[in-house]
Amino acid sequence: MADSTLKLKKLPDREPPENTIGWIAWIRDNLFSSATNTLTTLIFVYLFYLYIPPFIEWAIINANISGTDRSVCDTNKSGACWTFIKIRLEQLLFGLYFASNPEQTWRPIVAFSVFGMLIIPLVIDKTPHKKWLLIALLTLYPLLFICVVYGGVFGIPVSDTGQWGGLLLTFALSFVGIIVALPLGILLALGRRSEMPIVKMMSVTYIEFWRGTPLITILFMASVMLPLFFPSGVDFDKVVRAMIGITLFQSAYTAEAVRGGLQAIDKGQNEAAMALGMGYWRRTILIVLPQALKISIPSIVNTFIALFKDTSLVSIIGLLDLLKMAQNSSRSLDWNGYDIEGYLFAGFVFWIFCYGMSSYSQKLERKLDTDRRAE
Amino acid sequence: MKKITSLLTGVAFAGIAFANAAYATTLEEVQSRGELRCGVDGGVAGFSAPNDAGKMVGIDASVCDAVAAAVFGDASKVTYIPLTAAERFTALTAGEIDMVSRNTTHTLTRDATLGVNFTYYNFIDGQGFMVAKDAGLSSVKDLDGASICVQTGTTTELNMADYFRNGGMDFTPVGYSTSVQTREGLEGGACDALTSDASQLAAIRSETADPNAWTMLPEIISKEPLGPVVRQGDDQWMDIVAWTLYALINAEELGITSANVDAMKADSPNPSVGRIVGSEGETGANLGLSQDWAYNAIKQVGNYGEIYERTVEPLGIPRAGSVNDLWTRGGILYAPPVR
Repeated sequence: MADSTLKLKKLPDREPPENTIGWIAWIRDNLFSSATNTLTTLIFVYLFYLYIPPFIEWAIINANISGTDRSVCDTNKSGACWTFIKIRLEQLLFGLYFASNPEQTWRPIVAFSVFGMLIIPLVIDKTPHKKWLLIALLTLYPLLFICVVYGGVFGIPVSDTGQWGGLLLTFALSFVGIIVALPLGILLALGRRSEMPIVKMMSVTYIEFWRGTPLITILFMASVMLPLFFPSGVDFDKVVRAMIGITLFQSAYTAEAVRGGLQAIDKGQNEAAMALGMGYWRRTILIVLPQALKISIPSIVNTFIALFKDTSLVSIIGLLDLLKMAQNSSRSLDWNGYDIEGYLFAGFVFWIFCYGMSSYSQKLERKLDTDRRAE
Repeated sequence: MKKITSLLTGVAFAGIAFANAAYATTLEEVQSRGELRCGVDGGVAGFSAPNDAGKMVGIDASVCDAVAAAVFGDASKVTYIPLTAAERFTALTAGEIDMVSRNTTHTLTRDATLGVNFTYYNFIDGQGFMVAKDAGLSSVKDLDGASICVQTGTTTELNMADYFRNGGMDFTPVGYSTSVQTREGLEGGACDALTSDASQLAAIRSETADPNAWTMLPEIISKEPLGPVVRQGDDQWMDIVAWTLYALINAEELGITSANVDAMKADSPNPSVGRIVGSEGETGANLGLSQDWAYNAIKQVGNYGEIYERTVEPLGIPRAGSVNDLWTRGGILYAPPVR
């Protein structure tokens, strides 16, 4: 009987129909699936055709990068003048003090390199001892930054903070703003949800005051109004004033982002922890905050990215951040008229930092996504 | 280390660090600090803007250099503090800086109410109009009914409105928030003319794709005397800044340049020259400076004419016969004698 056993054999999968695979099908499905989509596609293709080739021609094909002064660019006006960025790179990145003292340029380079060496392992998953790296970044690194960039120790000459500029200043302002505002914001968020009336009232007042005031007003007050209230002879460091203003402002926003996460945590979590006999701080630190922070990562990072870009507002108090530095550099007799290149460069640097923060936060979200997958 | 501690305390205590010598004169303060803190704009071509080496250059920055040379004998002992228009006077009255050299117009209100003193002028500006050369216009009177690009929120806008109303003429203002945008507006054909201070017009013209396509109309419709400003209440310091500027102008009048000042010092052709270069009289001591204060300024920065030629001339603002020329050549720069 064995012979007559019906052998069930799986037929090999057939190829999908010709018209549903390959790039033609992809294009049809994604770009021309309906009349509206076809029209949109055509409009965008036309817009790209209109703007992209001339831009590439200007920015890459015809661009000038050789030479050391504007004569190269003046003879070839059809392309971008990257020579300007090349010659002014140190100014744009480190500000006027480090650009005018070439023997001091190593200081911001060291500061940025150490930051890179700390931050790159931190974002890589497999790095061991991440906790220590993070602690080093938050404690030793600011000290190193002050010693190396500000100077005054080990025979390193002092660089006046008012002379910091370019990316260095943008970086210093946002670094301080981010690392101080996060813990402050968490405390404020907890305070706002606290059952102690005074703490709650103070947190609410603080958050609503700083959130209700435009950053530009805060910076302006810190720079123009504050000195009027102090006796003459009391000297005020403008960069420190800006840092404080930015941090106070930022902590209010971070607090609201964190509070959003806290609201989303089920009451049962807290009650269960209470039932286990945990006190307030253990409940908060071990049960509530880890879950709340995980939820609020996108909005926290969102406020950080906004802060990084907002630092360019310090130009209204006469600090030469990356954007203002690019603007001023292109206003000098050596390069006036090449402001577009300066703006593009500044925009590009801002984009690198913001995109870096954004992609890291997405990675973190995926990694921490242990439950409640929303898809 | 002391600075570090003071920076850290600064962070801790809302950034307050007590500067010493609260009752010292400005000169003593500057001398004990070892550098001049000079407020500039930092972003105006020809007036103060960073060069490739990262140093501020321009006619405003040169005044700072000259004062530093007069005080220290070293024109490089300057820290330029970039200031916005809104902050410049507060920074000065609060003692953050020693002087402002930031294309600042001398007006009664500023002089009388802000606690500052104006010294003399390093550039005399005025509002003008720029039009396309091939439009064939020869006077602002031809602009009746024209649309005019202007930076909004400036006195420029108000001056223009006054001027056109006085002349019974019509115009359409096309407002922009920055001077770069006004230039783009003019080049893009959004307006028939662009108005701004003459020095700005020259800078804007030099930034256009074809500077030769634009021309300035002869009328100047406002007075904008620009010069260094000091804090009120320290007459000695005011004298130092004013007389440094006077010395540079006198030097040009007497033919003393950075190139020949050494020869002039060794063998002065006349007593007036001798008093400036320090081989005669006590001019330095009277100001509280060294005997060769003016010599150092001229030697290291150049006389007024040299500074002008180096900084403003390249913008395309010719000097011969203009208000910024010496009184002996038809201008109005007239410095009192150094004696």
